[in-house]
Amino acid sequence: MSENGVASRRGKVLTLDTMNPRIKRVEYAVRGPIVQRAVQIEKELKEGAKKPFTEVIKANIGDAHAMGQQPITFFRQVMALCAYPELLNSSQFPEDAKNRAKTILQSCGGGSIGAYSASQGIEYVRQDVARYIEKRDNGIPSNPDNIYLSTGASDAIVTTLKLLMCGEGMSRTGVMIPIPQYPLYSAALAELGAVQVDYYLNEERCWSLDVSELRRSLEAARKHCNPRVLCIINPGNPTGQVQSRECIEEVIRFAAQERLFLMADEVYQDNVYADGCQFHSFKKVLFEMGPQYSDTLELVSYHSTSKCYMGECGFRGGYMEVINMDAEVKAQLTKLVSVRLCPPVPGQVMMDLVANTPQPGDPSHSTFIKEKSATLNTLAERARLTEEILNTVPGIQCNPVQGAMYSFPRITIPERAVQKAKEKGQAPDMFYCMNLLEETGICVVPGSGFGQKEGTYHFRMTILPPTEKLKILLNKLKEFHLRFTQQYS
Amino acid sequence: MFGLGTIDPNVRAIGGSQEHDLHRRAGQIRAELQQGVSKPFSDVIDVSSGDSHLTGMMPVTFVRQVIAACLCPALIHSDDLPVDVRRRAQDLLAQLDGESMGSYTDSCGAPNVQRSVAEFITRRDGGVPASPQNIFICGGSQRALALLLEILIPNDGPPYTGVLTPVPTYKTFTMLLEETGTVMVPYQLCEEQGWVLQIDELRRALRDSRGHCSPKVLYVINPGNPTGHVQTMKSIAEVIQFAAEEELFLLADEVYQDTVHGDNSEFISYKRVLFEMGGEFSETVQMASVHSASKGYMGECGLRAGYVELVNIDHTVMPFAEWLIGTKICAPVPGQVALDIMARPPQPGDASYVQYTQEVQAIQETLVHNVRRAQEVLNSLPGMSCQLPEAGIFVFPRLQFHPQVAEHAKKAGVDADLLYSRRLLEDSGVCVSPGCEYGQRDGTHHLRLCVLIPTNTLDEMLTRLTRFHLRFMAEFF
Repeated sequence: MSENGVASRRGKVLTLDTMNPRIKRVEYAVRGPIVQRAVQIEKELKEGAKKPFTEVIKANIGDAHAMGQQPITFFRQVMALCAYPELLNSSQFPEDAKNRAKTILQSCGGGSIGAYSASQGIEYVRQDVARYIEKRDNGIPSNPDNIYLSTGASDAIVTTLKLLMCGEGMSRTGVMIPIPQYPLYSAALAELGAVQVDYYLNEERCWSLDVSELRRSLEAARKHCNPRVLCIINPGNPTGQVQSRECIEEVIRFAAQERLFLMADEVYQDNVYADGCQFHSFKKVLFEMGPQYSDTLELVSYHSTSKCYMGECGFRGGYMEVINMDAEVKAQLTKLVSVRLCPPVPGQVMMDLVANTPQPGDPSHSTFIKEKSATLNTLAERARLTEEILNTVPGIQCNPVQGAMYSFPRITIPERAVQKAKEKGQAPDMFYCMNLLEETGICVVPGSGFGQKEGTYHFRMTILPPTEKLKILLNKLKEFHLRFTQQYS
Repeated sequence: MFGLGTIDPNVRAIGGSQEHDLHRRAGQIRAELQQGVSKPFSDVIDVSSGDSHLTGMMPVTFVRQVIAACLCPALIHSDDLPVDVRRRAQDLLAQLDGESMGSYTDSCGAPNVQRSVAEFITRRDGGVPASPQNIFICGGSQRALALLLEILIPNDGPPYTGVLTPVPTYKTFTMLLEETGTVMVPYQLCEEQGWVLQIDELRRALRDSRGHCSPKVLYVINPGNPTGHVQTMKSIAEVIQFAAEEELFLLADEVYQDTVHGDNSEFISYKRVLFEMGGEFSETVQMASVHSASKGYMGECGLRAGYVELVNIDHTVMPFAEWLIGTKICAPVPGQVALDIMARPPQPGDASYVQYTQEVQAIQETLVHNVRRAQEVLNSLPGMSCQLPEAGIFVFPRLQFHPQVAEHAKKAGVDADLLYSRRLLEDSGVCVSPGCEYGQRDGTHHLRLCVLIPTNTLDEMLTRLTRFHLRFMAEFF
């Protein structure tokens, strides 16, 4: 016992045992251990370490600018003008960018992007977003009051999930998510103490969503929780699948029948590459199915500034549109978002630009179209290239990358390698990816981070590296796979 | 269908904010004025939130120039901007993936920004070292606090965790507690003595709480919001000792640290005091300190930029904190740039130094002048007394209402200061924040007004408020 008796009584307040236990179950594979090792290797290379490669190629995260994609000039011009309005006097900026910046600044408190906005987001921006949605959806009306701007789509998704959590034990809210999934969902569900209900996408049929599987999953879940929410990612992450219109209709019918709340993550809506594929928003299909569905089905759809052709991840811009939400629940949602004060205003401005792009006749129009097309065409080319090269590798099967930014090929891992992985306490595809990283400097994310059918192995890679580098990556991957298979045969 | 009965009960439990309602109404009135609706005033003066840009304070030029150059790198090669701006933008971009503000940064923040902040803290605290690994960059102090509460609060059901919270305190913090299902354990600040924190009151609050919750966290705001009180070193040391004795996690909200304007006051950080108390405390007391680019002279609320410094957090717990913040992916990059500048402003010799210093000084002078002027005018009104705060961007006058006002308010089902605030807005176009938002001793009433606003706006606001106040008070005699 020390002199004043204090030290001996005092223990730490925040320990592994006393912290929120739900946090222990939170994992986000996209930035998990493999990325940490990649960063370490980069450091080692910088310090002059000798390796069988000269650079780490990061194909793990859906960050287009990090891999060299260029921003849309008009967007950045307007943003710079909003940040420093003195530039309105500069001859370096086109008239339409200046006019747009002026209009946006007028909608900001005190004419500054440094003022708080309304918690739901700047009204002018929400109006533009509503108009964008209407144009996209063949004129189906969108009410700006149903638009909530957010800090990226992730923020809106987590906010929605939080709102819908209730019950204990058997009555605890269950949330249906696709397997494989974007691990934000499983992380959020772990954080919120929600019950994760998996439904498997069909790899043999190009990662399609089968309602029979939805039904199986729902019925199994009803035995131990109250499954009330159905999450769809379209175009898919990591699968790249673009759902057909028929499929979307089936899902809507199913959700209506089973009274499920539909969350449609549509952040890749402009990233559609494959012939015969088209993005159909859940909202558009819902309303085209008639009032029997559109009057009652609860739907929230999400979009973001991070993907598509703009790739502006760092701004944390996004929105959700809520359809048929109970008015009292909506009021609670409005209250909930106010606790975070407001979404970042630069992100809101970026969302406005995405919703309202230069029109024919505007000085910036032709450059805008050129830049947008170039980016989307390059992505389409890389999607095709990835599928093509990977499918030449015995032991790698790659479904067509119909959309989004990723490929999720299936890999055959020899039994001896599976054993070796188990000895190391690693998932077999983690073992594979770690070896890949150490031997080639290529960083991808093991399929176990996204979920997959038992006994199958995958990895997710982005199609974002510049085309020449992507070719190198794919060929190195091919060589590695053959070597690895040989080594562990 | 999801109805009120099938949503998160914690979300339902979040109390509505009157300030938000008033602020919304102020926006409506502004729109009505624009549409040509006739009112006894020509514009709305909204001083209800701690948002200096809203009422017309200008951003600091250097901050906006650097952000603009980072947004539009073509500016780096043009003469539109001073050379140090361009160099800073170039340096910042070089450290971002793909040299673009559009990339994600590391989840805990861009490493160079973490470094700048750590160095800033070290300098501020007279050399007490801060490590970049203990700095998490977040989308505003509110997100930082939410993150901390999420790590700290088990949320497993009874006993529920208690957080000792000062009264008065700003509304969004109490909303955050409600959202997380955390029990607020109020400790009253002493208005008679300039809103000081009294250890006896802390002890009382803690003792009384033990029956109905498990108190784990002690939340302090220094400088205070809404009070503007600045704690002395002695007071901080006492609080730290108390936290140590009672095994409480110290949550220090220090976002107003750059706004000290009282002649006899000085901001000393909790961390510095902790360190100077020696090994027995400095190696064991667990603490988190929160700061932001929203307050102070930068006032960049809309950029959503803040950080938390973690002190004495177990290395076994840190990875979880990192994973948790990882699910937000990263803080907005424009805000991270603003933080970098806040932590590392222009230095003597830099091209922008003179202008930067002049602008900051002008803002500080405006604040000092406005606080004194507001205190003087409000304190002279019958039925109003106003203390001179030592820091912060608000004044928090106390209203003494005739009993009839309280009765009238009761009939309307609202607090008297809310009634007053609503009438003030409708009659004079001045939007303030009612004291009932902050918690106050029963039977007392207050208003909070932001005074970091252009001086001529302040004068106009005070004129309207004075006129209204005299009319209002006369109505009830």
